[in-house]
Amino acid sequence: MSLVAAIDAQTIVDAIGLGAVYALMAVGIGLVFGVLRLVNFAYGQLVMAGAYTLAFTASWPVAGSIAACFAVVIGLSLLMERAVFRPLRTHSPAVMLVTTFAIAFLLQSIALIVDVRDDTIGEPASSVAPLNQAVSIAGVDVRKVTFVAVGVAIVALGLLALLLGRTTIGLQMRAAAADFRTARLLGVRADRVIGFAVLLSGVLAATVAVILTVQNPLVAPDFALKDTIVVLVGVVVGGIDRLWTATLGGFAIGFASGVINGALPTDKSVFLPSAVFALVILVLLLRPAGLFARGHSALVERV
Amino acid sequence: MRARLRDTLQLLGPAVVVAAVGLVASVVSAENEIYFLNALVAVAIVVSIYVFVGNSGVLSFGQISFVAAGAFAAGVTTVPLESKTGILPDLFPVLRDHTIGNATSLLLAAAVGGVLAFVVGLPLMRLSGLAAGIATFAVLEITHNLLREWTKIGPGATTLSLVPEAGVLQATLGALVVVAVAFAYQRSRLGRLLRASREDPAAAQAVGVGVHAQRLWAFTLSGALCGFAGGLLVHMLGSITTEQVYLELTFLTLAMLVVGGLTSLWGAVVGALAVSGLDSFLGKAEEGVDIGFTLDVPAGTRLVVVGALMALVLILRPSGLTGGRELGWRRRTA
Repeated sequence: MSLVAAIDAQTIVDAIGLGAVYALMAVGIGLVFGVLRLVNFAYGQLVMAGAYTLAFTASWPVAGSIAACFAVVIGLSLLMERAVFRPLRTHSPAVMLVTTFAIAFLLQSIALIVDVRDDTIGEPASSVAPLNQAVSIAGVDVRKVTFVAVGVAIVALGLLALLLGRTTIGLQMRAAAADFRTARLLGVRADRVIGFAVLLSGVLAATVAVILTVQNPLVAPDFALKDTIVVLVGVVVGGIDRLWTATLGGFAIGFASGVINGALPTDKSVFLPSAVFALVILVLLLRPAGLFARGHSALVERV
Repeated sequence: MRARLRDTLQLLGPAVVVAAVGLVASVVSAENEIYFLNALVAVAIVVSIYVFVGNSGVLSFGQISFVAAGAFAAGVTTVPLESKTGILPDLFPVLRDHTIGNATSLLLAAAVGGVLAFVVGLPLMRLSGLAAGIATFAVLEITHNLLREWTKIGPGATTLSLVPEAGVLQATLGALVVVAVAFAYQRSRLGRLLRASREDPAAAQAVGVGVHAQRLWAFTLSGALCGFAGGLLVHMLGSITTEQVYLELTFLTLAMLVVGGLTSLWGAVVGALAVSGLDSFLGKAEEGVDIGFTLDVPAGTRLVVVGALMALVLILRPSGLTGGRELGWRRRTA
């Protein structure tokens, strides 16, 4: 079986769905990076918290359950900003990154304790499962959630573009991302801009939580962990300095993983991760600022 | 004289602490010995990572791949010959038909780690910042993938067992060797050049420091030490899987380094001992431990408390428990 023949319309549709979800996560990570220069490794645990909320409120009406998920995730991300990001704002990227590891580790261990109370790991989130049903279009099974994922991604990115381009807070966020200190000197209020970016990234995390839980209704403590790592790689490979390149990177890596997973039988793809990560290294060596970044911005601070 | 004394203290402090842990390990009951061995190996790994990350200021998620390579190199080559064909049938003939001694295997592990790090570092050391972080992470993924799937060089996805276990003496001496090498390096000319480039890459380059070359030497040395520490790890455990030298160990050891203080040897030692000590204590407490009163905490508490304390230290003392300083009296501000 040749590789090309195996990539059918079904694979492409699923890959686009995955790419859309990863693009949303990439925006969430990229927004916070823009204003804080902080790579939030604990982003996946926000998604995980949202997924658990859906699982624990499975007996509620679906709308209520989803509302609870948004409330928990947004609350948690604002709390994270206040308790963790704010005190660390002036410290080195390494310290900030490792702190978000610690937070991720902490949230995951808390989830584990809460989860194993019933002596099994993993909680089913049954109420949102109907969205996972497929409708058949021209012989291709498209799950309803794929529509939701792609639709939400397009709408969210459109709204975000409007917000960043047309509103005062959007302008301030772009200014802060370009040069935080100068933006503050010109009257941009740091806490407000950062808070807003964190709020938006929380909304995106909650959205991703709903979509991922529909696709994979068994929620475990490492929910979305692997996805976060893949998205982080995609974001840096795409170019984390700008939101659009980061988003494109997220979409590209989601689409690529979808195509590869769909096209290759598992027994032939054992060394595939090596090939993919070798490619990642190659791209980083050739274009350290990102695959889609314009020019080559060597980030050396000049005196 | 005073300066000489301070230098001595900077090496002796960490060394004495490590030796003390080894000494305690040799007198406690066999049941508790494992906790101290864990701490010693943690020191070896964290100090090895520190040699590159601490001195260069470049974050690497890839050092555990050298620990993994070293662990499997030392493990596969020391499994007794008579059991080898049974548990590792697919090995390359040269690996299958030979078995070497414990100490030799540690040297082999160091060589494997060093060579691997040099090859990987040659292109990668041109990167810095996030690109370096992700690229070194990619190295970890590749190493893990190869070790897990390639049964000609190791056990693949199954557990590598029947590795001869070494006792307290090897772990203690091993950790001491790593500490001493790290100290010698950071006092050497090369170490100082690299530390200068950490403080200000542009200025260091301007006065003639070849930043790329310096980072590459440190990366290679760190890789060799990591491989060596991996050898210590496998001989402590007796059996190992690829999952034990992967993401969790990467995060845990980096966290130990940052909690102790990224920029000093003393910080690396303190961080490793503090976090692994706490981890062990809480592990005991989950089974119920007697400290005047019986402390018995529910299962899973260990991870939560360790995570919370790590986060707390990082938020309240971002430069680590030691403040990133070497052991010694504070220099008076003149």
